Amino acid sequence: MTDPIAGRPGGPSLRQRRQRAAFWFLAPMLFALLCVAAWPLARTIWFSFTNTTLSNLYGGEWVGFDNYLSMRTLSSGRVVWRGTLVDPAWWNAVWNTVRFSLISVGFETVLGLIVALVLNAEFKGRALVRAAILIPWAIPTIVSAKMWAWMLNDQFGILNDILLRLGLIGEKIAWTASTETAMTAVLIVDIWKTTPFMALLILAGLQMVPRDIYEAARIDGIHPVKVFFRVTLPLIKPALMVAVIFRMLDALRIFDLIYVLTPNSSATKTMSVISRENMIDFDKFAYGAAQSTLLFAIIAVFVSAYIWLGRVDLGGEGSK
Amino acid sequence: MGKFSRDALRPVVLAALMGGIALPAAADELFYVAGGVGKQAQHFKELVKPWEERSGHTVTLVPMPQSSSDQFAQYRLWLAAGTKDVDLYQTDVIWAPQLSEYFVDLSEAAKDIVGEHFPSVIESQTTDGKLVALPLYTDAPALYYRADLLEKYGKEVPGTWAELTETARLIQDGERAAGQGDLWGFVWQGNAYEGLTCNALEWVKSFGGGQIVESDGTVSINNPQAVAALELAASWIGTISPRGVLAHKEEEARGVWQTGNAVFMRNWPYAFALSAGADSAVKGKFDVAPLPAGSEETGSASTLGGWNVAVSKFSTKQEAAVDLALYLASAEAQKRRALLDGNLPTVVALYDDPEIAEAVPLIPRWKEVFANAVPRPSGPVKSKYNEVSSKFWSAVHDTLSGKGTAAENLELLELDLTDLQGSGW
Repeated sequence: MTDPIAGRPGGPSLRQRRQRAAFWFLAPMLFALLCVAAWPLARTIWFSFTNTTLSNLYGGEWVGFDNYLSMRTLSSGRVVWRGTLVDPAWWNAVWNTVRFSLISVGFETVLGLIVALVLNAEFKGRALVRAAILIPWAIPTIVSAKMWAWMLNDQFGILNDILLRLGLIGEKIAWTASTETAMTAVLIVDIWKTTPFMALLILAGLQMVPRDIYEAARIDGIHPVKVFFRVTLPLIKPALMVAVIFRMLDALRIFDLIYVLTPNSSATKTMSVISRENMIDFDKFAYGAAQSTLLFAIIAVFVSAYIWLGRVDLGGEGSK
Repeated sequence: MGKFSRDALRPVVLAALMGGIALPAAADELFYVAGGVGKQAQHFKELVKPWEERSGHTVTLVPMPQSSSDQFAQYRLWLAAGTKDVDLYQTDVIWAPQLSEYFVDLSEAAKDIVGEHFPSVIESQTTDGKLVALPLYTDAPALYYRADLLEKYGKEVPGTWAELTETARLIQDGERAAGQGDLWGFVWQGNAYEGLTCNALEWVKSFGGGQIVESDGTVSINNPQAVAALELAASWIGTISPRGVLAHKEEEARGVWQTGNAVFMRNWPYAFALSAGADSAVKGKFDVAPLPAGSEETGSASTLGGWNVAVSKFSTKQEAAVDLALYLASAEAQKRRALLDGNLPTVVALYDDPEIAEAVPLIPRWKEVFANAVPRPSGPVKSKYNEVSSKFWSAVHDTLSGKGTAAENLELLELDLTDLQGSGW
């Protein structure tokens, strides 16, 4: 008598066979990921330890950590440090990126939550509003950035015109030009664009919350604000955390919006922008590769810290 | 049904294939990439039509963004990847040393016509004896001014930057009091990009402050004249120039000017024909002059601009491409370009052409300005030019937007450039 689960004695068990089958089903995707993610990443990291230039991609020589940090003693005895880690432009970019990410994701989460709560309520024409609110997210970034560049234009922009007519500002503001407002301009556009995405992810979480909990709360006469903080928020927390991670990953490597809206302003240059600038514009490919590698490391640290702090259940084990 | 239609189509496909083979092998389709301002993209078809008819080839323009820094980045990527999709590149006057290895040497093909052009332009496109690109047109900026407003306030065309500041201020205040609330004194290109390098180089040079890096490779930018020049420019922001000028490129400045909202504009000659166009609010009310000087002794300075055409060494249709390049640089094409877009020719004889003098009166007057134009330091700093330029425009942009004083920023810039120079450019 044989156990049907264990299979034939000596042969692979059903479990083993299932795992093998699963591997073969996953193999094409793993291969694709290897080609488009793992290989370029490994190559970038390798480039960062060489002196490769764009015009000579295959002739780079190993230079160790020189692109990150190197020390040279001049003949006068003065010691100079070189490399990305002592490059003030790089640290300015890091600070810009972190500031941008924290502020934009913060606003997007709060606004997204509000929008999601509104959309979760029953009202007439809800399907239409749900579709309409996704429009900013659906417009390609390059188009929305150009569109906003015109609206933010200091002389012909509609934004200055409205604010002037309302008497909120005394004179036209050069949104994208002046260093004080450049970051604000970028933040406005990013928040406008990405809040719908946040709202959608949170809405999905909200719809998982069982309705009877709310009914019970209503019968008990609990204040809606208390219901939100005691019932809704804890229940959608996993969805919220995942949404924030997604956005954070996206925000830390922001490139397109800034490249179009304020390309060379040192007030908004992010890590991706400065790394591209070194790779392409300045013909310092390896130096840019070192910055890309650091960007990757910083994102990895950020996400690990966030997962660890929030104990986010990305594997879905807790739902079993 | 599906099988039937496939069988029915077979002879058609075969015939089409054979027809393709039977066509003369010379009919190539070329791709030409160029950024442009004004109406250059619209005029391109008209410009190449005679060549297309003569040679039987066709050429398609691939338009690029107006910022030359953006164009450069894209071209470098394409060339590094060895793309065969693009046959000809329109290149900025400063790019020859940086991109020379990717382009075909044109010195043999063009040996009969190089003598017609200004020697300095041909020289700027020659790297280590290789003629990298052929000149299409040259550029030296002009001071555009509202003749009607100057007359109304009884003012002369400013000869120095200080006079310009004063006149702009006076007219701006007067016109604003009269209800022209959007009028500004002076617009130029203050965005952080290559154009700001051109603008700032003109201020610095005309104040006697050198040209950032001298032709022998010494970093000269940190000097009192350069500081004075940048301090004057910084004083314009928010007074005679809108704060938004710090985000203006050529076309944004022209937008303010051509809607009648500026007394002075610094721009390239292409804006002349457009400002005189039927839809322009300043039509018939403006004129141009050379840029103001720093002082009586130092004279005025115009940055040497201009565009050229280069043939990619990866092109599979090099013969046709070289032929097109020769046509585009010829006196015939340069004349058309002058008449259509108001671009300055590099063929010396065209400056005496009566038809051009009639249509674009600016051009004959510009021969002198062009002869005294100051080149950007792309020669001495070679492949590091982009980084030098970027550091320079960043220092200037910071100064203009009030991040540090001119003296501090130029001292920092000198340090950065000396570091960049290392043991040599």
